[in-house]
Amino acid sequence: MKELLLIIVPLVAAALAALWPNNRTRPWFLPVAALMHTLLSFGLLLYPPEAPFHAWFGYDPLARAMLPAVSLLFLGCAAYGVPYLQLRSERSNRVFVPAFLAALGLMSAAHMARHLGLLWIATEAVTLSSVPLLHFNNTPRAFEATWKYLLVGGTGIALSLLGSFCLGYASLHGGGTGDLTFAGLVAQGASLSRPWVLIAWVLLLVGYGTKMGLAPMHTWKPDAYGEASGIVGAMLAGGVTTVAFTAVLRVRAVVEAAGAGVVANRTLLVIGLFSMLVAALFLLSARDFKRMLAYSSVEHMGILSFGAALGGAGLWAAFFHVWNNSMTKGALFLSAGNIRRAAGGRTVDEVSGMSVITPRSAALFVMGLFAVTACPPFGPFFSELLIVKSAFGTGHGWAAAFFLGCLLLAFFGLTRVVFAIVYGRPRQAAREMDPKFRETLAVIVPPVLLLLLSLWLGLFTPEVLRQSWTAAVQQLSPTP
Amino acid sequence: MNDWLNLLIGLAMGLNLVALGTSRLPSLIRVAALQGMVLGIMPLVIEHELRLLAVAVAIATVAIKGLVIPALLRRAMRTANIDRDLHPLIGFLPSLLLGAAGMIGAVVLASRLPLLPEHHESLLVAGSLASVLAGLLLLIGRSKAISQVCGYLILENGIYLFGLLLIHSVPLLVEGGILLDLTVAVFVTGIIVDRIQRAFDSLDTRKLTVLRE
Repeated sequence: MKELLLIIVPLVAAALAALWPNNRTRPWFLPVAALMHTLLSFGLLLYPPEAPFHAWFGYDPLARAMLPAVSLLFLGCAAYGVPYLQLRSERSNRVFVPAFLAALGLMSAAHMARHLGLLWIATEAVTLSSVPLLHFNNTPRAFEATWKYLLVGGTGIALSLLGSFCLGYASLHGGGTGDLTFAGLVAQGASLSRPWVLIAWVLLLVGYGTKMGLAPMHTWKPDAYGEASGIVGAMLAGGVTTVAFTAVLRVRAVVEAAGAGVVANRTLLVIGLFSMLVAALFLLSARDFKRMLAYSSVEHMGILSFGAALGGAGLWAAFFHVWNNSMTKGALFLSAGNIRRAAGGRTVDEVSGMSVITPRSAALFVMGLFAVTACPPFGPFFSELLIVKSAFGTGHGWAAAFFLGCLLLAFFGLTRVVFAIVYGRPRQAAREMDPKFRETLAVIVPPVLLLLLSLWLGLFTPEVLRQSWTAAVQQLSPTP
Repeated sequence: MNDWLNLLIGLAMGLNLVALGTSRLPSLIRVAALQGMVLGIMPLVIEHELRLLAVAVAIATVAIKGLVIPALLRRAMRTANIDRDLHPLIGFLPSLLLGAAGMIGAVVLASRLPLLPEHHESLLVAGSLASVLAGLLLLIGRSKAISQVCGYLILENGIYLFGLLLIHSVPLLVEGGILLDLTVAVFVTGIIVDRIQRAFDSLDTRKLTVLRE
């Protein structure tokens, strides 16, 4: 039962933080709980526990392949959170810190949920716990973003509940006894009622796809990422999206067992490529560097969906990409947060010459850009290469060409914005900005470490991770 | 038992159309509340014998959907002191026509889908799909934050109707979790509505246009 500690530890820390009286020391709950969570999740990665067949929660191969990445990203965000919240000491963090910790606990729960209903409950709870994080800045723009997040996200999550019910009914119609664990549903296999399974797949893909940010359900993303602080953006882009991806994969395994795997793969392929295209086109016209990161996230969700659609080696590469996405997004959001603080603006019209004002963060941002656009030797290069290879190997030559075209367009869009804000002459507004902001080690080291992790993952992918991804692929499609 | 249930579902479907056709915010809130109460008593009609637990769930649902949430919305409406007219983005007549078309489509679709023998006579699937469509229409077609929340409530009611198909197979713990999540969701939405009102001095979401490409 050690795996349940992954849920309990952050939730207990959240409760303690809510009771803690001191605003200045409360942020320390973040790194302490995050460190315990990371140690636990890596301990369980090395010594995987048995997941009983009908268990509702379990550290099964799928959770094992993804959750440690989220844990690591959270650790980076938590370490950055202490200096960040101390800079923002004028605002009470009595809600922020507990909500952030609760989000970690609930994300662990959602990764490990092996029951259709529980998965929904946990995902919905993650959505709700991130609401107070989004409007932490308390500006009208932040409320506007929060409203859109609630409205679009809420509708998406409602549709995924309807989809879960449809899948439940498919099982009932096929003679099921009400066992709604994923293992039970997969075991029921072909006796599931096909029309209901297909309806459920569409609704669940739309629902969890909204959470993931696949186009055309991505509309909340630019607003939310643009207005949220760096650590929240990083957590949404690298953690919450991973939760939704896990959910999509669990559902897909049921659909495949019901004999509709071809349909599922085709929809994933189309929606993945469509997301990449939409993201690439918006990136070409982006002017705001935080909204730019949101579109980059849409693009990477498209890549994950494309990889998952290929199955087998493509799915394996998608797991690899989940890790890379979490690390690089973390580095980018945290360094973008530094730049945003020093620059006092967010669009290429207001900001330039940041290499003079915040040399370290600007350098990090540029390196992060190379990582996220899959330049060697960073991790994303290797995972995307594997996805392309598997696309050619499975006879998706045209799709692979389209994939590469979108990557190229996204590269142009991203480099345009990043170099516009990094080079050139600093604007007057930035020189007069808050002199309180210094590039201390505390705000530089976390993104540097995340970036180094991405580099290390690409160059020396540890054997235990490779093996965990293989196990996860086997769990999802037992017959290769 | 099916006759009573179908009568209630028919009532809920009629309320969808009323909600789409109404031009005043207070009556929209009233319609959503009434629909919630109608839904709340349905489990009692479905159960063959009355169990204490079922009664408790029914009372909780009626209280939350019919009293607590509408009271929250009314309070938000009063404190915001907003104009009670709904300014529709999709006109009342077109939304009514779309709603009616959706209802017919839902009935046709439900008759095509494979159902268990005990659900053949029931309107549950049709009513559920019709309410989901009506809720989506309200979400898209009305501009006030509170009316969008009402749309969301009606959407949720539709999903609740579908959930009744599974009432005997979903464990109570899961059901309770779902109900709790939905309640918290509406509370959180209420808080945000309140904050938006203070920040923008309006609840018209058409004014939320700073963030755009």
